Amino acid sequence: MSRLTRGYVTNELNIMTTAEQESLIIRRGSPWWRMLLRDRFALVAALWLFVLTLCFLFGPLLFEDAATKLNLRARNLPPGSLEHGWLMYLGGDALGRPMLARLIVASRNTLAIALSAVFVAMIVGGILGMIAGYVGRSVGHVIMRFADILQSFPSLLLAVVVLYILEPNVTNLVIVLAITRLPIYLRVTRAEVLEIRERVFVDAARALGGSRYHILRRHITPVVAPTLLTILTVDFSIVMLAESSLSFLGIGIQPPEITWGLMVAAGRNYLSQAWWLAFLPGLAIMMATLSGNILSNWLRVVSDPEQRWRLEDSSGKKSGQTDA
Amino acid sequence: MTVEASGTVEAPVLEIRDLVKHFPATGGFATTRKTDVVRAVDGVSFILRAGETLGLVGESGCGKSTVARTLLRLEEPTAGAALFHGQDIFTATSMELKNIRRRLQVIFQDPYASLNPRMTVANIISEPWVIHPDAAPKAERADRVRTLLENVGLRREHAERYPHEFSGGQRQRIGIARAIALNPEVLICDEPVSALDVSVQAQVVNLLMEIQERLNIAYVFIAHDLSVVRHMSHRIAVMYLGRIVEIGAKDEIYNHPRHPYTKALLSAEPSLDFSSTRKKSSRIILKGEAPSPSNPPSGCPFRNRCWKAQDICAHASPVLEGHAGHRVACYDPEFS
Repeated sequence: MSRLTRGYVTNELNIMTTAEQESLIIRRGSPWWRMLLRDRFALVAALWLFVLTLCFLFGPLLFEDAATKLNLRARNLPPGSLEHGWLMYLGGDALGRPMLARLIVASRNTLAIALSAVFVAMIVGGILGMIAGYVGRSVGHVIMRFADILQSFPSLLLAVVVLYILEPNVTNLVIVLAITRLPIYLRVTRAEVLEIRERVFVDAARALGGSRYHILRRHITPVVAPTLLTILTVDFSIVMLAESSLSFLGIGIQPPEITWGLMVAAGRNYLSQAWWLAFLPGLAIMMATLSGNILSNWLRVVSDPEQRWRLEDSSGKKSGQTDA
Repeated sequence: MTVEASGTVEAPVLEIRDLVKHFPATGGFATTRKTDVVRAVDGVSFILRAGETLGLVGESGCGKSTVARTLLRLEEPTAGAALFHGQDIFTATSMELKNIRRRLQVIFQDPYASLNPRMTVANIISEPWVIHPDAAPKAERADRVRTLLENVGLRREHAERYPHEFSGGQRQRIGIARAIALNPEVLICDEPVSALDVSVQAQVVNLLMEIQERLNIAYVFIAHDLSVVRHMSHRIAVMYLGRIVEIGAKDEIYNHPRHPYTKALLSAEPSLDFSSTRKKSSRIILKGEAPSPSNPPSGCPFRNRCWKAQDICAHASPVLEGHAGHRVACYDPEFS
């Protein structure tokens, strides 16, 4: 409070409420890692995603051989024993291959496919949604009907048809998965844009002479982006499972390549004898999704100036926010 | 159009001619759809000279803000012309419009909504220069933001903060700083103080007057608070149901109002001056409410609330008449 100098304004009446005084002493900018340290959930999520990144980068390099080596004595080996080496700690699959090594190796395919699919869907859907919401009514109608068609078509059927016509390789798989997820991003973006474009600060930017591109980039994208990122993290798991169903139908990733989704599908046959075959890759999917979700939520708070104080370590209590 | 100013040869900065803005209002299902037209602005003309303030008053819903929004081309007008230094704003191409907007700026009513909550004050105030990069070289922007902040009564270090950390009055100052960042010639103030506390209102009004004196900006000052308008304006236009019913110099309007609506409006102004000649009995109370702009009365829009309405008022619509400094649209102008 003492940092506040009164009478800083010429011809000012010096009438300041307590709230106003408080608003003047709020301090600026904790670095992002400080804010990450203050949110334990987000910290754990970030660490987990970091581990996954390491698996993604170095996993196949280190464990490719181990993951494909058969060991019939370790068939459906229950997890929790170090008898067959630490790679067998999470048990063995139906052919006695170590689950841990397979999970690590599978992370690359899984993350590469699911992440590229949801990012492509988010970017394309976001751009189309912005055009539909901001540019013009007739263009918007065309885009929305396109989204309707995509949504009314059973996505699995669409994928089967497309992959049957095209060659079922990784690129096409990503494209198909992205197309089926597109309408969600498109609709959410359009809805947000329709709301934001009516805000007064957008009018102010227009009155300043700002072009559509300027307004979309500076005023609309920053508001829409956190919402889309949150959807993306939820979509992530849906895409991983969709990818596994395609693989199951024989038009996705094929063995000996592995993905978590494929491991879930393969483990399903042994649910009654060896539940961990399906459970562990399922857990991996769930934890990756959850971590992404928690981290995107943290990111949303950090990117919102009105929420950021929750994570700033200014004596741990809120000091901004004047509702004068 | 009659020339409003006698004696001044100076060309007006802004000249509005017969501005009309109708909003279509459709309701009901496709089968029973009826299309109404809301006549928000129905033929408004006025001029604005360099450095002067034109107060635009009238009750809620009379079309004041619509005039402002159409002038800024935030809404497309239905008809009319708005000449900014002789160039029509309404027919300008997007490049021409961008140049006009550089010299024609706006302050909005709600200081809470008019600033992007995700941008720092520095980014908000320098946005005009991002849109018009030649207005300020990049290297100078940070410094000019801080000078502008001081000019509007804030502190240099406020530049790094976000809008939610400020009170309403402070936010409005930020809005003013953004509006004058491009050194405009005309500033449209759309009820800039009506969302603020009375004590803060006075500060913001004084700031606006100080800025006008320093930068010679012409204001179109929209308000429903008569005392604020009286304090700010050189000339005043009174609007009722989408039309200007009386326009003239401030003293003329306040001391010798001629239109019945203006009289009623002025008599409703709260006063602390108990000993004045204005007694309680002189308060004019209008009957009923303002008619809907989608279904205005025939002839004079004010006739069904007017105590002086004659037969002619129902048949013909009065036009603004009178000498240059004071014109009124009424068939019974009382000369007092």
